[in-house]
Amino acid sequence: MALTLLRGMRTPVVARRNAGLFFTTLQSPLLSRFTMRAESARAAAPKSIQLATKEAAEQKAQGFEAVIGIETHVQLSTVTKAFCSCPYSYGSQPNSTVCPTCMGHPGTLPVLNAKVVECAVRLGLALNCEIAMTSKFDRKQYFYPDLPKGYQISQFDIPIAKEGYLDLDLPVEFGGGHRRFGVTRVHMEEDAGKLLHSESGSYSQVDLNRAGVPLLEIVSEPDMRTGIEAAEYGAELQRLVRYLGVSNGNMQEGSLRCDVNVSVRPIGQSNFGTKVEIKNMNSFSAISRAIDYEISRQILLHKEGQADQIVQETRLWDESSQKTFTMRKKEGLADYRYFPEPDLPEVVLTSEYIDEIQNSMPELPEAKRRRFENMGLSMQDVLFLANDDNVARFFDSTLEHGADAKLAANWIMGDIAAYLKNEKLSIDEIKLTPLELSELIASIRNGTISGKIGKEILIELIAKGGTVKSVIEEKDLVQIADPAAIEAMVDQVLADNPKQLEQYRSGKTKLQGFFAGQVMKASKGKANPVLLNKILGEKLKANS
Amino acid sequence: MPPPLQAQRLLLSHRRLPSPHLRCFTAVSSLPSAPAKTVAAAAAHAPSSILSIRESLLSGERTAAEITAEYLSRLRRTEPSVRSFIHVADAAAEREAEELDRRIATEGLDAVGPLAGVLVGVKDNLCTANMPSTGGSRILDGYQPAYDATAVRRLREAGAIVVGKTNLDEFGMGSTTEGSGFQVTTNPWDDSRVPGGSSGGSASAVSARQCVVSLGSDTGGSVRQPASFCGVVGLKPTYGRVSRFGLMAYASSLDVVGCFGSSVVDTATILSVIAGHDKMDSTSSSHDVSDYKSELVPLDLLESKPLNGMRIGIIQETLGEGVETGVISSIKDAASHLEQLGSVVEEVSLPSFSLGLPAYYILASSEASSNLSRYDGIRYGRQVSGDDLNELYGGSRANGLGHEVKMRILMGTYALSAGYYDAYYKRAQQVRTLVKKSFKEALERYDILVSPAAPSAAYKIGEKINDPLAMYAGDTMTVNVNLAGLPALVVPCGFVEGGSAGLPVGLQMIGSPFSEGNLLRIGHIFEQTLQNYSFVPPLLAES
Repeated sequence: MALTLLRGMRTPVVARRNAGLFFTTLQSPLLSRFTMRAESARAAAPKSIQLATKEAAEQKAQGFEAVIGIETHVQLSTVTKAFCSCPYSYGSQPNSTVCPTCMGHPGTLPVLNAKVVECAVRLGLALNCEIAMTSKFDRKQYFYPDLPKGYQISQFDIPIAKEGYLDLDLPVEFGGGHRRFGVTRVHMEEDAGKLLHSESGSYSQVDLNRAGVPLLEIVSEPDMRTGIEAAEYGAELQRLVRYLGVSNGNMQEGSLRCDVNVSVRPIGQSNFGTKVEIKNMNSFSAISRAIDYEISRQILLHKEGQADQIVQETRLWDESSQKTFTMRKKEGLADYRYFPEPDLPEVVLTSEYIDEIQNSMPELPEAKRRRFENMGLSMQDVLFLANDDNVARFFDSTLEHGADAKLAANWIMGDIAAYLKNEKLSIDEIKLTPLELSELIASIRNGTISGKIGKEILIELIAKGGTVKSVIEEKDLVQIADPAAIEAMVDQVLADNPKQLEQYRSGKTKLQGFFAGQVMKASKGKANPVLLNKILGEKLKANS
Repeated sequence: MPPPLQAQRLLLSHRRLPSPHLRCFTAVSSLPSAPAKTVAAAAAHAPSSILSIRESLLSGERTAAEITAEYLSRLRRTEPSVRSFIHVADAAAEREAEELDRRIATEGLDAVGPLAGVLVGVKDNLCTANMPSTGGSRILDGYQPAYDATAVRRLREAGAIVVGKTNLDEFGMGSTTEGSGFQVTTNPWDDSRVPGGSSGGSASAVSARQCVVSLGSDTGGSVRQPASFCGVVGLKPTYGRVSRFGLMAYASSLDVVGCFGSSVVDTATILSVIAGHDKMDSTSSSHDVSDYKSELVPLDLLESKPLNGMRIGIIQETLGEGVETGVISSIKDAASHLEQLGSVVEEVSLPSFSLGLPAYYILASSEASSNLSRYDGIRYGRQVSGDDLNELYGGSRANGLGHEVKMRILMGTYALSAGYYDAYYKRAQQVRTLVKKSFKEALERYDILVSPAAPSAAYKIGEKINDPLAMYAGDTMTVNVNLAGLPALVVPCGFVEGGSAGLPVGLQMIGSPFSEGNLLRIGHIFEQTLQNYSFVPPLLAES
């Protein structure tokens, strides 16, 4: 059974391809597709995961297993807010993009931005979820100064998408491995504003620019076992929303936010331990470290017989001390008094609408990684190239122009990546085009230029643009591959350096390198090095 | 005699007198003593003030400025007694009237809209950009919105002049208007009695002819019950018929913007202007808007049996225990009158009727507890400083909100709480479904249903102020209509004893969704053929 094979840590390529074909052959009715996908997701969800990473091994050595779930908020990059026509852009002057509706003034009513629904369906499909043909909004009620209406419009019992999964590959440097993590639900909601606390702490100010900005909340199953897995889950969601174009997924700006729930239990115990929520992590690296710290903290308490000190609470990650601190304890659950939002009608979708979105979906990170893998690239290459949709597109385009996959990958991951990092640019901001990278690779391969010359040309192309051909001609960089021409230069160098020639004859054979260097210099670096050394060797031998 | 009535009489003098056979219709008063004041038969047919104004402007007999001055003069004379208005914008009204006159002179009457020169009172829970809007609450004392409610904007665009903001029970919660944070409004029929609520100010203002028509809101009867108490026409449209954008929410799934007029024609005219889909209100309907007024047949063109073929159901549960005998008599007389007009009138039982009141109070309070969360003293409105957040919230809300509002917030919070949601809120929603089903079935058998609009006529100010359950029970006739989302029209139909000239009683007519046109047509026929009654309050005779 193909589905059974999907449970494995590393599913054979053939089986995965078959699974893909299996899904591809599904036709109408659409609901059956959703049902099948949901069933598939359930069947494929890992019941137990072989933890190959060091962290997991360390947990096991101590007799404990961690259980980790993540709630991710993705801020959508719609032009306007979820329920009014205000624009939003990060960093605006406080309270400059507000109106009576998003400020919760009396008499105002929400009007749903249709783009939010489209983004939600798009992400739901990408997460292999079952899409709700009818979903609804609810009110989540609590008082806080950044919440203008005293309630948040969200989705409670009927989210727009549920019961999906996310496939990902763990980084090679952490041992690699493929994972499938369950997604419990995806729901739409609005963001709150932001509080700006005075330095003295004596007062706070409210910035409502962010109030009403649309969010998608993605709740995972408690399927993760290590900080690395959780961090990679977050990173994969970031890739996904960027690939889809629904969000810029920027953690530093708060457009992608992860809150994690961590508990530990003795190996073999089926019940979960007491869950602790951790907030305030603004990078995936911080997520990994925060979770590892929390796991260690909880295991230590267990070992010291103080497990009762693990209480249901929210803790904050402190980057400077690399520890978590108690933010608030949950003395009983908060009662948000959810009830259906009476000012908004139900969200009713049609099969045609969902099909239309499905048909416009781009290739997603997981599919791209498998395709790259099938080209014979190493997993390290695959992960790098598929990490950024822009890079992947550049790579694909380079191949479309005829370049070899491995060579293209090397150039992109090597000199191009180094340049981008140094200059703090993204690949779509440079002037080098995929066509020209392909031309460059071809020029080196067919001997027109050397690899060394190629690097110089690359820098030129990245910074200034142009074509490989024009740069070569402009800088007179064509590699010299004519034996007669090289022979003439060798003869000249030998004639110009009689002293060194005499010394070579006396036994200092290492001087061949000197002569080679001189010839290369005379040729302005354009002499074919293989041919050069062959001819030089013969000349020296004849003269000895 | 008030000038509008006089104008109407002059107009009538140009018409053929009613056909002899129409004179045969007589609704005999069941009261041992008829109202002390009976005016000439011609004046009994609820003249259209809007039509009168339009004809005056068209003929040049009067200017908008003169009409406005007339109403403002009467407003100033009667307001100390009635206290309908929280805010009067008389200077602005005068300026707008003068501007209208200039435009009529240069562009013609048709260019300035069908409501040119019509003075409108607006309930103070509807936002107005150029006037304070308080919702009847001190927590919004001094608050001025940045925008007009859609219904207000549409009236202005139609040429109407908003003369001021009318008093109400705070945020629409109450049935007497005594719940206002600002003042008590009296009934123009007897200043020792309540005008009803929560739109008591809007009803009394029209009754006292302080303005031509007014806007109200109706969550559980807040338009219909005061219409009955004040002897005016009140219409609650189908849920979604009129945009709620700009209406301060009490209970979002029950609230509708309604209207009052001194005649059915005027009420129909207003509805045509304010009804229609609004992109700012996701629950507003795209259902076509009729020209409701044009569907109303003038008295002199009515057939002898204008309601022939129509089936009317009297809701059995509304004529029993708890309803005053005088009210029952008036309703039965109204039913007889409807029969004389050619309809078939039968009693019909709605088994779920008694369940409506408790379900209403659960649902309305639940939604209110959420809707009123925005009044936290942070961004606008009255703020009480505190050393911490809870102190700020607690102080602002304790100080700014009135007793009735606080009680309903607590009731609603309780009903939505974890552990109680299913027993209260969910159960109430299930009852709501039963009520809808019950009305739907009845309205498949009958063209309209009728009932009293309230179990009593207007009671004394202060009489029920310490007995909220007794006040709540007064909503029995009306809350079911909101639960079912149906349209209902209240027309004055009779009197009971009380006051110097008797106290008016209203007949409630309930229709299927979006059947406002039919209700107005029936209401108009009923009104125009009702003999021997005049619904002009003693306050005007006294002035």
